[in-house]
Formats: sequence, structure tokens, C-alpha cells
Amino acid sequence: MSPINYVYLAALLFTIGAAGVLIRRNAIVVFMCIELMLNAANLTLVAFSRMHGNLDGQIMAFFVMVVAAAEVVVGLAIIVMLYRSRHSASVDDASLMKL
Amino acid sequence: MNALAATATATSTGEAVQFWVLGTVAVLGGLGTVLLRRAVHSALCLAGTMIILALFYLANGAYFLGVVQIVVYTGAVMMLFLFVLMLVGVSHADSLRETLKGQRWLAAACALGVGILLITGIGQVSVGGFNGLGAANAEGNVPALASLLFTKYVVAFEVVGALLTVAAVGATLLTHRERVEKNKSQREQAEERVREGKQVTPLPAPGVYARHNANDRPALLPDGTPSELSVSRTLRDRGQIREVNAEQLAQLAAIEQRTAEYQGRATYPGPKDPGERAADRAQDAADRAEGGGQDTAAGQASEREEATK
Amino acid sequence: MIGLLVGVPLLGAAVLLLGGRRLDRSGHWLATLLAAVSFVIGAVLFASMLGEDAESRAMHSKLFSWVPVEGFQADMAFQLDQLSMTFVLLITGVGTLIHLYSVGYMEHDPKRRRFFAYLNLFLAAMLLLVLADNFLLLYVGWEGVGLASYLLIGFWQHKPSAATAAKKAFLVNRVGDAGLAIAIFLMFTTFGTFAFAPVLSAAGEASEGKLTAIGLMLLLAACGKSAQVPLQSWLGDAMEGPTPVSALIHAATMVTAGVYLITRSGAIFNGAPDAQLVVVIVGAVTLLFGAIVGCAKDDIKKALAGSTMSQIGYMILAAGLGPIGYAFAIMHLVTHGFFKAGLFLGAGSVMHGMNDEVDMRRYGGLRKHMPVTFVTFGLGYLAIIGFPGLSGFFSKDQIIEAAFGKGGTEGWILGAVTLLGAAITAYYMTRVMLMTFFGEERWRKAPTPSPAEPDVEPAAETRGAYAPPHPHESPKIMTIPMIVLAFGSVFAGGLFKAGESFVGWLEPVTQFEHGHSPVSATAVTAATIVALVLGVGAAYLQYGRKPVPALAPRGSLLTRAARRDLLQDDFNHVVLVSGGTHLTRSLVYVDNKVVDGAVNGTAASFGGLSGRLRRLQNGFARSYAVSMFGGAAVLIAATLLMRAV
Repeated sequence: MSPINYVYLAALLFTIGAAGVLIRRNAIVVFMCIELMLNAANLTLVAFSRMHGNLDGQIMAFFVMVVAAAEVVVGLAIIVMLYRSRHSASVDDASLMKL
Repeated sequence: MNALAATATATSTGEAVQFWVLGTVAVLGGLGTVLLRRAVHSALCLAGTMIILALFYLANGAYFLGVVQIVVYTGAVMMLFLFVLMLVGVSHADSLRETLKGQRWLAAACALGVGILLITGIGQVSVGGFNGLGAANAEGNVPALASLLFTKYVVAFEVVGALLTVAAVGATLLTHRERVEKNKSQREQAEERVREGKQVTPLPAPGVYARHNANDRPALLPDGTPSELSVSRTLRDRGQIREVNAEQLAQLAAIEQRTAEYQGRATYPGPKDPGERAADRAQDAADRAEGGGQDTAAGQASEREEATK
Repeated sequence: MIGLLVGVPLLGAAVLLLGGRRLDRSGHWLATLLAAVSFVIGAVLFASMLGEDAESRAMHSKLFSWVPVEGFQADMAFQLDQLSMTFVLLITGVGTLIHLYSVGYMEHDPKRRRFFAYLNLFLAAMLLLVLADNFLLLYVGWEGVGLASYLLIGFWQHKPSAATAAKKAFLVNRVGDAGLAIAIFLMFTTFGTFAFAPVLSAAGEASEGKLTAIGLMLLLAACGKSAQVPLQSWLGDAMEGPTPVSALIHAATMVTAGVYLITRSGAIFNGAPDAQLVVVIVGAVTLLFGAIVGCAKDDIKKALAGSTMSQIGYMILAAGLGPIGYAFAIMHLVTHGFFKAGLFLGAGSVMHGMNDEVDMRRYGGLRKHMPVTFVTFGLGYLAIIGFPGLSGFFSKDQIIEAAFGKGGTEGWILGAVTLLGAAITAYYMTRVMLMTFFGEERWRKAPTPSPAEPDVEPAAETRGAYAPPHPHESPKIMTIPMIVLAFGSVFAGGLFKAGESFVGWLEPVTQFEHGHSPVSATAVTAATIVALVLGVGAAYLQYGRKPVPALAPRGSLLTRAARRDLLQDDFNHVVLVSGGTHLTRSLVYVDNKVVDGAVNGTAASFGGLSGRLRRLQNGFARSYAVSMFGGAAVLIAATLLMRAV
């Protein structure tokens, strides 16, 4: 088996996550789907790291994780705020950007 | 595993078996995340997928990342997700009915397109074997990573550290609410109620005249009808009111009836039946939604917060 | 010194207009004094000019550079030559007399101070017009007199008729002014300057086509200002202004500005025979037009206005004859200034004594009641009809002779027209004279509604019991100017004629040639006298022998047309007003449908388009995410495609 299969798997997961972002309305689930996409990206990084035989890919994946953690913290805080003011975690309810 | 990672052209059969089994589970977990109606289930599916990914990291020679994946993602981040889910209301099941016209089709088309494109793109890349991490991980994965991180990537590392700090402070700021005005005294609250003239008396407590004094039992009014107002709005919104059963109401009606006959009064019309009450409740809810001020909503929210604490 | 001529009346106007009510009591005397000062300055300059040689009499004075632009030099500069001097003396002299007369005439008018301010403003503008040494400055004066004329015609603007008349005069004058402006533009493009001296000296070198164009535009300007056909319609209505205004502006001075313009630009016309021909035709047509209108009018001032039109027609005709006529045009202009001003002042005096009645059919037999007016008016009358020995005789006779002197068929036609004009002049002036001062005293009886215009309301004072007016002689302050002007009417012509003094005086400016008349001067004089006798006789038979009906008879078609100013207003209405209305309506239609349609259509299509586009901006984050994701897909596809290629 070639390690490229990991990359195929990552592509599949990434696509699933993206579809979830587009389809789901619950902001928290949308967030989880984004996490899924990030993880898929990480998987490719790790697989490439192994294929190329150096650790830069793993470092990159590490940074992605840290940034994702920061993003989750802020994002969830925003969701809590939204829920407080609107009593809804639906991304469709926050549609003030139209006329 | 070290030997396994150092292989030159193909992975071992064991890893292949592991990949196909766990990979299937990971895809199923991803699909579950997207498709399950309850957010908690989604979160659990995601957590499962993440653990499997952690295993894949380990299989790929990224031992440090594998552990971090489990500790940070599955442990901390998913915990945070669940925590927020609990705050927001765990028992909500999202409706999967699409409200935006054509959104689902567009999303499916986009996802399918991207998926096909990615996979064909990957398929076009010629992979002539792989190097493996044997050399890189010679002195151990963690020291190797650390030496890279603190030399080549030290600036990025510091910046990311700052980013984390900022994120922590930002999250605190966002969720923290400073009370800008003094708490209203009881007197002021009473005056306000009279001024508004909607609900002058204090709200009834749940469980009054009922067999149970549980929080989700509405109080019974003198005529035997349950008072919606006596139940916390959070429970009402979630539909978690427990009905006073019709049998009790009938008994109550019978008692009233007999009293009326004994005293020679006009016949009491009797309490309304549950179906009618449900319709009334819906009507009430609509009225509230129309005329309900932001104040009561905010009040309810803080009430709910206290409840969760 | 020359600047003072203009400056003094301008100062008067400024002081009176800015001074406010405290000048109400003394303002009219101040204005009269300043007009007199202006006249004295003019007289002093005249005296000093007489001391010079004929060729070096022209004086120049530059106040300042007005528009000092490279290639476009306009100076605030004056030129006082013999022609200007003649005008200066006429304007300031007659102007002063009419100021004096107005002191009496406007005595009871509450807005007297304003009236005198406007009169002074008029004097200043008119002097600027005749003293300017370039066409641009002349244009300033030209517009200035137009403004003063507008203000004075509409002086009693509470009367709608006066306000309308002022507006009409202003609008018709605009047409002429546009002509003058175009003429100045053409001059600048042709000669590169518009100062008199270089333009006129270079006129011989320009092409005839350009000269003709400039000449025709100048003629248009002259037509507007001097009420010549086809821009004549405003003069009759301009009689709505106070009578001194009619005398000064619409008889003696401003309306003759067109003659001045043509005479001044003589060098241009000399080089453009076609333009000259048009000038002559315009003059001849107006001559007859004004005379015919004058015959039919019952309003004394309008009859005199028709006469003015006709007499200016004589002058324009003479000016169109070229060097053989310029001097006579100016000569007739001056004598006309005297006798027509006198006649108007006389008419004003009659109106003054007759409760402002202007209908001659309500006059009659006034000679016993107003002896001084009668005598001065009578002398003016004799002068205008060309009674031998009086000034009109000399000046008009010269023009008739010059018309014959044009030579060829044209000469015969022009001579015949001028003779016919003289006969008609005699006819209508005799009519005015007879209806006003002789015959039955028709004003003693109450008027009856006119059968010709039965729907016209009788005037307010004639409803109820009829109180006949008490005709009386006007105060001395009004009669003295009339007497002075009567002297002018009697003697000016003889003085000018004696030894060709006037022609010799003007010759350095206008040149002079003797026409080659196929008829001898004596024969022309005899013919003129015959025409005069015929005209007077006809009028006497019609108005002197028979009593004048108190109501205008229906009259022949020509009479009725002449009463309506020979249908000039109807013509203007049908051709210009209706045409303009239709044009503007169609333009409005085009504007609404095509221009607005295009604009609104563009706006609507953009609105529709953006309305559709707006639906993309539905505010739902997920929709935006779809487009982002779609974009990402396209990017990936593009990348793969590029690699595949």
C-alpha cells in the first residue's frame, strides 16, 4: 500500500467537512466540520512528511493544531455571545448583512 | 513502528489492513458528524474520527503529533465543544430541512466537484516510493521536532504563542459581561412591573396545587388549568413541560361540579381539555414573541445561565 | 473730461438709487442739475473742439485697461469726434430739458426719485454708447440703455400693461442685442480687435462676405434698438411709460442708437453693398409701416410712436444710402430729436390737462384752453411735416433728394417711397393736430362704449356720472422746455442747412459725396411740397371739414389692420410664439421620452440587474460559503487544467 492512500483519505474527509459546513445550520456543528477539514489537512501534512522523509510537515501540522485551538476558543466564544443575544445558534439567523 | 516507517517503497500489510479498517471508520465518523441531527452525536462522531486520525499519525511516524492530537483535540477542544453544547441546549435536535433555496444542491455539487477534482489531482501526481522518517527520527521524534521548532521555526513558534495568548484573552473578553448598571432593587422591580402593567403580581411558582412540586410541573390555577408562566422559559422553549394529566383535571372538575350543585350555583364550565390548552399555549407563545421585550428575554437567559451553573 | 460726461449722470443715478428716502424731496433737482452739468461739459468740449482744425477734432481718452488679455484688448476708452459730439449735445441738451419737464410732470408721483435716477442712468448709458471708442464698450452702453428703457417703460409696473410692455421691449431688444454681440464676435475673428479706428480702417481689406455678415448683424441690432421692421413691435407698447420717457428715450435719443451704429460702422457698410441694400429696404418698409400705423391710431402717444418709427425709417434709409446719406441721416436725427421730443412733451402736456386721457377722439378744440401747448405742438407739427423753412423741411428734403440720388431704378423707387412717406406724414400729423386742438370739444360729453371693441370696459372714472375734465395749461416748468424745443424745431434745420455747415462738420467722420440725382433739387423740393399739400388736404377733408366721430368707425380692412399695428403682434404670435411653443413642446417630448427614457431606462436596467444581483447577497453565511467553495473548486480545476496543458 502506498502512503498516498492517506492523502486520498484526507481529501475525502476534507470534502465531507466542507459539505457539512455548507449544509448544517447549527453554528457548533459547522465549527466541528471546520475542525474536520483542518484535521484532514493535517493528515496530508503528516503523510507528506513521511513521504519526503523530513519533519517540516509535522511542524506545519503542529502549528495548524495550535492555530485551530486558538480559533476554536475565539469561535466558540463568539457562538456563546450570539446565543446570548439571539437565543439561537443557527448561522441563518445571523443574516443581518442583507438589506 | 520505527522499522515500519523506514520502509522504502510500500508499507507493511499490517498497516494496510489498519488503514482500510480505520479509514472506513474515519469516513463513517465524518459522515456522521455532518449528517446526525443532534449536535452531541455529531461531536462524538468527530471525536471518534479524531482518535482514528491520531492513530494514523502514529502510523506515519508522527508520534508527538499523535499524542497531541489525542490530548489537545480529542481532550480539550472536543471537551470545549461539548461544554458549549451544554450551554446552548443539549437536547435540541437540529431540523435537517433546508431553508435556503438550492443550497443543498449547490453544496452537494460543490463538494462532489471538489472531491473529484482533488482525487483526480492526487491521482495525477506520480509517487515513486517514499523516503520514510527513519533518518529524521533517528534520535527520537520529539527531540527532532524540538530541535526544528526551536531553531528553524522559532519565530513562528513565538508568534503562535502570542496568538494563543491573544485568543485566550479575546475569548475571555467576549464572553465576559460587565454589569454596567446597578442591580435593580426589589422595589424598583416592583415599580417597573406596575408601570408596564403586564404581569403585576410575581410569577406563580411551579407545582402549586399540583401533586408534584417539580420544576417542570406547571402550577394549577384555581380553575384547574395549568399556568404556563410558572415554568421556566428555558423548559418551555425546549418543550419539557410535564402536563398535569387529564385524569386529575377531570377529578378536579368533578369536585367543582359537586360543590356547585351543593351550593346551588351555576354550573362550572369545567377546565379546558389538554388539546385546547396546547392551542392556547401556542397562542400565548405567539403573543409573547410579538410583544415580548428584549428585557424578559435577557432575564430568561441569565436565569438559564444560573440554572446551568 | 470726457469721462466726466458719463460719470456725472452715473453718479446721479448711484446717489439717487442708494441715497434712500432722504433724497425724495430734493433728488429730482439733483438729477436735473447733474444732467445740466453734463450738458455744460459737453458744450465746453464742443467749444474747444470748434477751436481745432476739422481733421484733428477727434479726442481720445483712455481711462483704464478693461480686459487686458493677450490677444484680446478691451479698453475703457472714449472717443469724442464730431459724430459723438452731435449726439452728446443732443442727448444732454434734450435730456436736460426733459429732466426739467419731468420735475413738473412727475410732481405727484410717489416714486419720483427712482424715476429721476433711471433718467440719469439712461443718460449715462446713452453717453457711454456714443462715446465708446470700441464696439465692446458700445455694447455696454447699448445694454445700459436697454436696461434703462426697460425700467422706465415698466415704471408704473403696478399696471399689468406697463409691466408687459416693458418685458416685450426687453425681449425684442434681446434679439437685436444678440445681433450686435454676433457682429462683435465676427469683428474680432475678422480683424482681431473691436476698437473703432483699426476695425474701420481695415474694413476695406476684409472680404465682402464677412463684411456683409457683420453688416447684417449690425442691422439686426439697429432694428432691435430703433424699432425697425421686423423688430418694431415693442415701440408702440413702450408708450406705457411716462410721457417724458417716451419723449427722451423712445423718440429723441435711444431709438436713434441704431442710426448711430450704422453711421459709425459706415466703413463696413460701404464695403458691403448687399448689406446696404437690406438696410435701405428695411428703412423704406419701416417708413411706410410706421406712417400707416400712425394714421390709424386714436391714442395720441401711439400715433406719435408710429410717426417715430416712420421717421427713423427715413434715417435708416438715409444711412443705408452710404456716404451720400450719412450726414443727412444724422441731421434728420437731430432735427427729429427736437421736434419729436417737443411733440411728445406737448402730448404729455395735453394728457396732463385732460386727466391722462390719451384717446384723441376724446379731445378736440383744446387750442383755446392750452395756448402754449398748442403753439409749441403746432410748431413741432409744422416741422415734422416739412413745412418750408422749418427744420423738418430741410432735413427730410435732403433725404428725399439723396434717395433719388442713389441712382437707377432703386433711386426712383426710394424717392417715390420717401415722397409717399412725406405725404402720409403730413396726413397723419394733420389728423393728430386737428383731432386734438381743433373742432368740437368732444370731451364735454360722456363716452359711449366703442362698437369696435364692445367688450372693453369703460374706464373707471367714466362709469357713474361723467365729470368732464378741465383742460388747463401746464405749469411753466413744463412749458419752458416745450418752448425751447419748439425753437429748435423751427431753426435747427435752417441752421444746419445754411452753407452746408452740418454736412461739413460731420464730413471728417462720415465722408460725404453728392448723389447724382436724375431730378433736380428744385424739382424734388417742389414734389415734396406737393406731397405735403396733398397729405394735409386729405386730412383736412376728412377731419377738419366733418366732425370727428366720438367713437372710432369700423373703417376699412387696412385701417383695422393698422389699428392692430398692421398685425405685427399677430404675426409674431403665430410665427414666433406658436412656433416656439411647438418647438419647445416637441423638445419637451423628446426630452421626456428619449433623453429621460434613456436615462431612466439605464437606471431601471441597472436597478433591475442589481435587484437580481442583490438576491445573491442574502446575508446567509452559508450561501457565501457556497460561493467561496465553488470558487475554490474553480481554482483547483484551473490549476489542474494548467498543469495538464
